[in-house]
Amino acid sequence: MSTPEDVLRAARALELEAAQEGLPPRPIRRFEHGSRAPGWDAPADLAKDPAEIPDPALTPVPEDLRTEIEAHMANYPDRRSAALPALTAAQRVHGWCSPEAIEQVACVMRVTPAYLESVASFYDMLETSPAGRHSVYVCTNISCSLCGADELHAEMLEAVGADPEFSVRSFECLGACDIAPMASVDGVYVGPLTLADVPQLIDDVRAGRPVLPEKQLARRLVADPHANTREFPEHPVEGEA
Amino acid sequence: MTTAGASEGGRAPILLFRDIDEPGLNTLEVYERRGGYESLRKALAMSPEEVLEQLKASGLRGRGGAGFAMGTKVSFLPKGAMDKYLVCNADESEPGTFKDRELMQKNPHLLIEGIIIASYAAGANRSFLYIRGEYSLQADVLDAALLEARAAGYVGAEILGSTHSLSMVIHRGAGAYICGEETGLLDSLEGKRGNPRLKPPFPANQGLYQGPTLINNVETLSTVPAIVAMGGEEYAKLGVETSTGTKLVSVSGHVQRPGNYEVELGIPSREIIYGLAGGPPDGRTIKCWFPGGSSSPVLTAQDLDVPYDFNSMAQAGSMLGSGAIIVVDDSTPILNVAMKVAKFYRHESCGKCTPCREGTNWTVRMLERIDAGEATPMDLEIMASVQEHIIGNCLCVLGDAMAMPIGSMIAKFKDEFEAHMESARVHNGLGASAASDTALAAQGAFDA
Repeated sequence: MSTPEDVLRAARALELEAAQEGLPPRPIRRFEHGSRAPGWDAPADLAKDPAEIPDPALTPVPEDLRTEIEAHMANYPDRRSAALPALTAAQRVHGWCSPEAIEQVACVMRVTPAYLESVASFYDMLETSPAGRHSVYVCTNISCSLCGADELHAEMLEAVGADPEFSVRSFECLGACDIAPMASVDGVYVGPLTLADVPQLIDDVRAGRPVLPEKQLARRLVADPHANTREFPEHPVEGEA
Repeated sequence: MTTAGASEGGRAPILLFRDIDEPGLNTLEVYERRGGYESLRKALAMSPEEVLEQLKASGLRGRGGAGFAMGTKVSFLPKGAMDKYLVCNADESEPGTFKDRELMQKNPHLLIEGIIIASYAAGANRSFLYIRGEYSLQADVLDAALLEARAAGYVGAEILGSTHSLSMVIHRGAGAYICGEETGLLDSLEGKRGNPRLKPPFPANQGLYQGPTLINNVETLSTVPAIVAMGGEEYAKLGVETSTGTKLVSVSGHVQRPGNYEVELGIPSREIIYGLAGGPPDGRTIKCWFPGGSSSPVLTAQDLDVPYDFNSMAQAGSMLGSGAIIVVDDSTPILNVAMKVAKFYRHESCGKCTPCREGTNWTVRMLERIDAGEATPMDLEIMASVQEHIIGNCLCVLGDAMAMPIGSMIAKFKDEFEAHMESARVHNGLGASAASDTALAAQGAFDA
């Protein structure tokens, strides 16, 4: 079996050979998606022990977070099943899945931080880098983009500017193509949005008001005209009198 | 669940969406007042085998995408005393699909009742409802409904004095399309990355925590109370022979009235797109439409009279899938549609199998080449062959889900792709010289 050292040695030998023949050194191939993980091209140090399960005595965990994670763990036959709810809870506390957040979850769940990092990096809603307090997901999948979601996303990015409180990102189908183009603002679905709605939407979030109450998905009646045999009022949404 | 008789006045009965906007339907009180949990009492009075017979007789096919007969699926679970699991797949992520969202948000108890009855038929004592993380409103509604159902004794030990016990956990995902694939979902539910598993073993034998597992879609399970109420044979009279019952159809894209509609399977697709959803905006015509989410091969305006059911869609070269119709009108270039679809699958590929991971990536790159004017007509053939090499060569069908629509677009809109390629080449491609060649050709300079 070749160790990383062997690979490096072989690469250096090739470089040396090229230099002796007067050829330019062969560049190491890099892939654009590889650069997402820092140090992705560094050889693994196989002699080093992996990060262990954090020591409870040395890892302070907020009491609320610990209680919540333990409640999730009790729901499942295998405690690891609680990884997603636990990471979501930690993200709510820390703002993102920071090394500290991962450490705390690992400590309560008795798994290694590496295990949780592998999970966190897989899911779109778990942030692996610092993110704004308010998340705005603009759906830019097929149905929404047919109705102008790409322009909406650009407008939203521009309206937010460099405000660190906001993370505006395009998102895959959010399952609300009936209100396309739409966005999920801190988990609240609003649509159909026009470019003119954007300033109001941002203002509502900044002021802590319910976002565009008249455009929230929660209030809408079903589209099927045969579904309701009687007339029903629109559903009340949170924050409405 | 209110019992709805057969067709009323020639129109199909509404089983899932009946008075769905009634205020308070998400509470136990209103649901019970409307006859809720009566089907559960009826089912518990029968033996599990009898309930299973009803499900088989109903001919109900899975509403999540694959269309597998639900009764047969239940019967695949081994008999005997062991830990068996029921998982409700509420990770509704197929682009264009939003039927489960409306159903869960407005009538959560219907789903819970369906899960309890199905678990009784399957002999499962633990159930998990995997809902996508983006659906936080719907998950909150379900959480509240589950608390009520537990307090009323519908969920828990010895339900309504019977021998059947069931625990239920609502598990929120965190945003990954692949977790809608059943084995990817199981891995995610076990707290891992949502990578699909090799099949066989199928989940019915080795699923969640290696135990026998029944996995069904929200709509499938929500239909179960109606089947028990009206009887499997009565339900099978709805729809057409190979596709029984009613189906929720999500219509979106270029239509005037996008939304969810409950239709009897087998009605002409035109009736859904034009009759219910109002068709494309005035003055526009349909270029193509996806009959079952973005994973289904596209159909064109010529296919509008194909009956909307599982087998007719398959015969027309597409699939019913999750029942999501996405309409694209003539104002959108087909390349943009292909690009959106391909980029989505590139982003969502879990990266486990090479044909999918690389195939989705290269398809996007080739589409970008076409758009940039750098492609040659041969690229279309290469792209078509890439699609062929993805299909059937991966653990799950995510790669196929890109390959099928892209392949169908290349086959059906080859001329448009070529025209796009040519105009892009002339306008912003590599060859200014090529542009002048075209100009010269237009003047007849190359004529003999």
